[in-house]
Amino acid sequence: MSVVGSETIPIQSEPDMVTVRRRVREAAARTGLSLVDQTKLVTAASELARNTLIYGGGGTMQLETLNGPRLGVRLIFVDNGPGIPDIDLALRDGFTTGSGLGLGLSGSKRLVNEFEIDSKVGRGTRVAVTRWK
Amino acid sequence: MEKIPILRMGEFLLVTIQVDMHDRLAMTLQEDLTTRINETGARGVLIDISSLEIVDSFIGRMLGNIAAMSRVLDAQTVVVGMQPAVAITLVELGMALPGVRTALNVDAGMALLKLSLNGHKASRHVSRR
Repeated sequence: MSVVGSETIPIQSEPDMVTVRRRVREAAARTGLSLVDQTKLVTAASELARNTLIYGGGGTMQLETLNGPRLGVRLIFVDNGPGIPDIDLALRDGFTTGSGLGLGLSGSKRLVNEFEIDSKVGRGTRVAVTRWK
Repeated sequence: MEKIPILRMGEFLLVTIQVDMHDRLAMTLQEDLTTRINETGARGVLIDISSLEIVDSFIGRMLGNIAAMSRVLDAQTVVVGMQPAVAITLVELGMALPGVRTALNVDAGMALLKLSLNGHKASRHVSRR
């Protein structure tokens, strides 16, 4: 898999989430994703960026454009927050430790083709998602 | 501070969301709308989201909250103009917007509000007899 473009976007405030959505939209459109697939990826990015900000205490999103063997966009959200003790539980619809609906992780997983999550309590969380063309 | 304008048209309040909303702006709209319903005695709220490129769980929840709060204040809410790609994504995300009435466009939304308002008036009239 070859990465043709990569940039890192900070997620430290609510306006950063708007930037994340705009950059992901641009990359998805450039890669030739359909409008529905663009919308799914941007929505997943919005959910995951909110998690990074609210639960992770801020972090970054790495935006990668992939071209080979397939075209796609990969997003990697990283924070150094408290981590997730029980990932299986966190991936369940409706589970939340905050005040949301508990659709952030489980919902965004349904909106992408590949979803990886890695979290260590006290160290932080890394979520990588990919949407292929 | 940045705000989403709320227009009054007779018994209805109209909102057109034309910016990419961050979460605090969505919360502000929710509060402003309930305040305006209370001040004006509006019977209906029409929210046009045709410019919104995404509706995530936060904005979806805000729409549900507005519908519920206005109902408690005796007003109906109709959300209009959702883009097809947004509708597909929202359902896949796991949010079918329960309790939120929708219409394809502003005209259909206004017709729905007028219809429900007339029905309401008629039933009030009947109950008074």
